[in-house]
Amino acid sequence: MISKEAIISNGAPSETFVLNLGPQHPATHGVLRVKMTMDGEYIVRAEPVCGYIHRMQEKMGENRTYAQFLPNTSRIDYLSAMTYTHGFVGAVERALKLQVPPRAEYIRVITSELNRISSHLVWWGAFLLDLGGFTPLLYAFDDREKILDLLEGITGSRLTYSYFRIGGIYNDVDDSFIKGTRAFVTQMRPRLKMYRSLVTDNIILRKRLINIGPISKEMCRKYGATGPVIRGSGVPYDVRRVEPYSAYSEFDFLIPTFEETDSMARYMVRMEEMAQSLRIIEQALDKLPAGPVMAEKVPRVLKLPAGDYCYAVEAARGRFAVRIVSDGKEIPYRVKLRTPSLSNLSLFEEASAGMLLPDALALMGSLDLVIPDIDR
Amino acid sequence: MIQAIQNSLSAWWPEPLRLVLFLVGILAFVGLNAAYLVWVERKGAGRFQRRPGPTEVGYAGLLQPIADAAKLMSKQLIVPAGSDTTLFRIAPLLMMSPALMSLAVIPWGRNLAACNLNVGLLLIFAFGSINVMAIMLGGWSSRNKYAIISAARVVSQNVAYEIPMLLVVITMIMVTGTMNLTEIVTQQAGAFWHWNIFRLWINPLMPVTFLIFFTCMLAETNRAPFDMAEAESELVAGAYTEYSGMGFGVFFMAEYANILLGCALATVLFLGGWQSPIGHLLGNWQSTIDILLGVFWFFVKMYFLVFSVVWIRWTFPRTQFYGLLNLSWKILIPVSLVTLILSSAMMKLFHT
Repeated sequence: MISKEAIISNGAPSETFVLNLGPQHPATHGVLRVKMTMDGEYIVRAEPVCGYIHRMQEKMGENRTYAQFLPNTSRIDYLSAMTYTHGFVGAVERALKLQVPPRAEYIRVITSELNRISSHLVWWGAFLLDLGGFTPLLYAFDDREKILDLLEGITGSRLTYSYFRIGGIYNDVDDSFIKGTRAFVTQMRPRLKMYRSLVTDNIILRKRLINIGPISKEMCRKYGATGPVIRGSGVPYDVRRVEPYSAYSEFDFLIPTFEETDSMARYMVRMEEMAQSLRIIEQALDKLPAGPVMAEKVPRVLKLPAGDYCYAVEAARGRFAVRIVSDGKEIPYRVKLRTPSLSNLSLFEEASAGMLLPDALALMGSLDLVIPDIDR
Repeated sequence: MIQAIQNSLSAWWPEPLRLVLFLVGILAFVGLNAAYLVWVERKGAGRFQRRPGPTEVGYAGLLQPIADAAKLMSKQLIVPAGSDTTLFRIAPLLMMSPALMSLAVIPWGRNLAACNLNVGLLLIFAFGSINVMAIMLGGWSSRNKYAIISAARVVSQNVAYEIPMLLVVITMIMVTGTMNLTEIVTQQAGAFWHWNIFRLWINPLMPVTFLIFFTCMLAETNRAPFDMAEAESELVAGAYTEYSGMGFGVFFMAEYANILLGCALATVLFLGGWQSPIGHLLGNWQSTIDILLGVFWFFVKMYFLVFSVVWIRWTFPRTQFYGLLNLSWKILIPVSLVTLILSSAMMKLFHT
């Protein structure tokens, strides 16, 4: 690859133009707009413009009761709805000092991890679509369909579950779910192997990802990037491990990290994470305790004691944290949502400078952005 | 006997009538193929992706291309404001016509070429370069940044891939000693090991040569994994972004016409054209059978290559642009030069 400087020093004129990528563009997977100042196909400056799908989720939190806001949390990042609800109910439970029954915590872990796999599968398919490979998307959706069927069986919904309730979960899982999940885990392992041999080891894919779009640890810290992005830069930061919540401390799983910092590292992190999620699900199913799934004495009218409460979970895209400021009323004073995609997007401007357009789009794909998660 | 009938026919039929017949035949052939290769592509893509593909319009979606064509024809041809109107309208035609003209010299069977030119191969490559210009003009005249980036990509890509392709073709001309496509096929008569791809005694690298030709053909026709011109996840629709209705439709048809031409040419040059793979078993019957089955064998080989093109598109991700140029300049051109030199040395040493 010839550097831009070499081309310019060889006498090619340097003249920039602005390429308006989005808000409708196939590579942005939603209504993200990126104003790109280009020099030929090289990006001089890529400035993301957010806000096209801003839905005032935080403001909505300020004029709804806690129970009324709960369905909203599934709609912030619709691909990991389960974990997002977990963040919100976790914050409320922490404020009320509610003890969630262990069975409910285990089921929360199982469904969250299933949700993480389905989210990574969508990312995988869409990322390959960005790279011009169409077929993996349909394979990924084939597997995702099985997860959605399982979750539909217990939650009644396929995308925005609202399955977790303050103090527990909406209803207990049945035998068919447990049997189906076990079957899914055994089916999914060979599928992951197949994905590796069919897609990950493909030379074209490797050439497109290896050494493309490096994001240093420092840059990740500077912008607060979390999730697979920071783990792809070699930092083993995972909320499930550093601030264990729910039942995660009881399971044996690895936090995949890769030192390469390139797009391939982030790709590999997510592929490994799916395998680790399968491990967690398997352990949770083995150890699933009996008992109730809802805490006793959840007050009918929720009034959080005045104070400041925060609860963080590891969503598929990184650290999702809910901060609730309560003044003792039924309606929170402030609900702050810390979403991972916004932080992950904000490093795009620095990371993409000087890159070629297709490489920058591969980098953007490897950040796994969900646009409603950015704009909230 | 059939030869005799054919001779009497050609004596009886005036030349203009024959030409008109071929012209209509080729137009109909290309039109039908362009339409139904889209169906094949969509059905194939469906099968590769574990879904049925088009099923709604007609049996197994067979009427889908007609519905698509009706839709495209009924749409307004929008010419974007500020574009170069003339070039914008000419570009699709420039893309389509070279493919149609080049098909005239392809021998579909024994004595079945519209125009049995002595410089057939040269004609195909002369016309083949025009469609680069067509995409460039289309991209340039639409006054769209994506289209212009795409136009610039197409030019550098096609320049890079024309060279190894022509080096391969020069090898073939040297091996066969002629540019007449009918003559090239006639030389490959007999069993399948007489086909150029398996003529290892002239050049042991002949299968590699075929692979280079096929790769270059994919790049020249802007097919995945080299579809830089319309890399939809990067450049929306590339040079075709501003085209609507039949303007886009003609580009689309031309893409398939070019694939068809590329595969037909690969069949003629490497896979023995209309020759039967078991021709040596037929003995004296060979010539009779060939006339009956020649077109059949030609189509079998050609459509196998077309299927491979579809197969490759739905299997691989798109290459990066510099990866594409690196492949051409660092691998394909040196290797094709080696095959050229090797086969000339082998011919001089062993086959003079």
